[in-house]
Amino acid sequence: MPSKSQGDKASFGLTLGAIGTLLFLHVPLMIIFLYSFTTDEATYTFPLPGFTTKWFGEALKRTDLWDALTLSLKVATLSTIAALILGTLAAAAVYRSDFFGRDAVSFLLVLPIALPGIVTGIALRSAIGSLSIPFTFWTIVIGHATFCVVVVYNNVLARFRRMSGSQIEASMDLGANSFQTFRHVVLPNIGTALLAGGMLAFALSFDEVIVTTFTAGQQSTLPIWIFSQLVRPRDRPVTNVVATIVILITFLPIFFAQKISAESSESEGGSK
Amino acid sequence: MNRLSGYFFQRPKLVTLLLLSLPMIYMLVVYLGSLVSLLVNSFYYLEEFTGLVVKEFTLGTYAQLLKPTNLGIFRRTAGMALAVTVMDAIVAFPLAYYIAKFASPRLRTYLYIAVTLPLWSSYLVRVYAWKLILSKEGIVSWFVDLFHMNFALDWILSIPGVGGSSLSLSPLGMFIAFCYIWLPYMIVPIQTALERVPKSLLEASSDLGATPSQTFRNVILPLAFPGVVAGSIFTFSLTMGDFIVPQSLGTSRFFIGQAVYSYQGTAGNIPLAAAFTMGPVVIMIVYLLIARKLGAFDAL
Repeated sequence: MPSKSQGDKASFGLTLGAIGTLLFLHVPLMIIFLYSFTTDEATYTFPLPGFTTKWFGEALKRTDLWDALTLSLKVATLSTIAALILGTLAAAAVYRSDFFGRDAVSFLLVLPIALPGIVTGIALRSAIGSLSIPFTFWTIVIGHATFCVVVVYNNVLARFRRMSGSQIEASMDLGANSFQTFRHVVLPNIGTALLAGGMLAFALSFDEVIVTTFTAGQQSTLPIWIFSQLVRPRDRPVTNVVATIVILITFLPIFFAQKISAESSESEGGSK
Repeated sequence: MNRLSGYFFQRPKLVTLLLLSLPMIYMLVVYLGSLVSLLVNSFYYLEEFTGLVVKEFTLGTYAQLLKPTNLGIFRRTAGMALAVTVMDAIVAFPLAYYIAKFASPRLRTYLYIAVTLPLWSSYLVRVYAWKLILSKEGIVSWFVDLFHMNFALDWILSIPGVGGSSLSLSPLGMFIAFCYIWLPYMIVPIQTALERVPKSLLEASSDLGATPSQTFRNVILPLAFPGVVAGSIFTFSLTMGDFIVPQSLGTSRFFIGQAVYSYQGTAGNIPLAAAFTMGPVVIMIVYLLIARKLGAFDAL
């Protein structure tokens, strides 16, 4: 951790540049908030011609939106469960032994997010198509799970590496068997890592659109609904409201997941 | 239970294998299997008259990629990816430098979250934000009008390859949206690289008589470079594979992602779509090899 001497301050230009970049990252989202209250139905006129909250009510009445939201939540839940199981198993295997091909495992898990989403998408589509499997809810989940695994894997593996092996040995020495040790020693230790990894995996799946367009049939997840509005805007005010709601409901879980990850990497850095 | 536990305890290799089997079977069968299927499909071809995929080995589909229109798509996409990468490196630098060298630990955690939060959420919503901002009657136009700069905007929009009918339907608009969406991927690696530069090095530089700008040019920039390369892997790869931004903000001139999307969709030409994706895959492999030479992986 770099120590800081007193009177060590950033130059005015640098501070200004940093603030500028920060504003560039966050102001556009605030503009969406603003637009969700516009009275303008057909265009994106600025300044807003008037303020209204009626579009929130309108959005709540839309059944197509509720269907899309429900589908997205179901897909994200199942993908997260799959990712939690597969990612934890892989992390445990990689942590506990130095087997041949360990790097290959990490590489294979990272691949789905390292390659452009379109590659993963079209690859799954061609495979599912050649096997004549119909495109359903399950094909979406299968696709999402492939790129969610790595998030859980990274979080859990980082936690395993911080956990001291002596705890496990102590548990075994005191007479606990492997299953009891897992239940009472390992699981509490990796609990928050599972929580952080799980929330991030959920967010990733909930937000995903590129792979989904290739693995979905007629189903419309919430991102697909938004994408269709982006290409052919029909319900501008309702889309503004949906965008605002998406920002609001994803903000808190991701904020806390990030904080857990950031804090554990901070303490990891401190112990080095 | 105890006997089972003892049995496993004596066979650590078996346990590793058991732990690994489920995730590996999944990734090998579903993911790697799909990639292989993609590769195989790219050697098939689509019969023009019947519209059916013929499962016979041919290089003809790849030959179609060499048509001028398709080469244009590759050139356009790679050019955009390059421009976005350079711009993101410039915009990311001040914030990354500030977080790495000047922020207090507490502020650093919050700034880090502020930077990475957008990575996990609302990718589409963030594209949508630019649709609002750049639209003809939107905020940017309002400001341009306020400062009586309409002639400048019209001039920019009239440049072929940059402009379009409005900012929200032009390569320039896409460029802005791409820079915005992938910016966090550039900030984090540069910050990581800069955090590793010891303060003493900067002090030594100034003790030896370098002006701050000389220190910046000769010490900080070269040491931050691996971070820039690491970030560029993401900005470049993500721009190349994206079809959401071109579809939402672009003109009728295709990008790789759109080409893949439309060939497999309406045309049902999976072989050509598959061959098309091999383009970004090959470009990315070459890019990763160069990046490794430049030390980018240490900065990840």
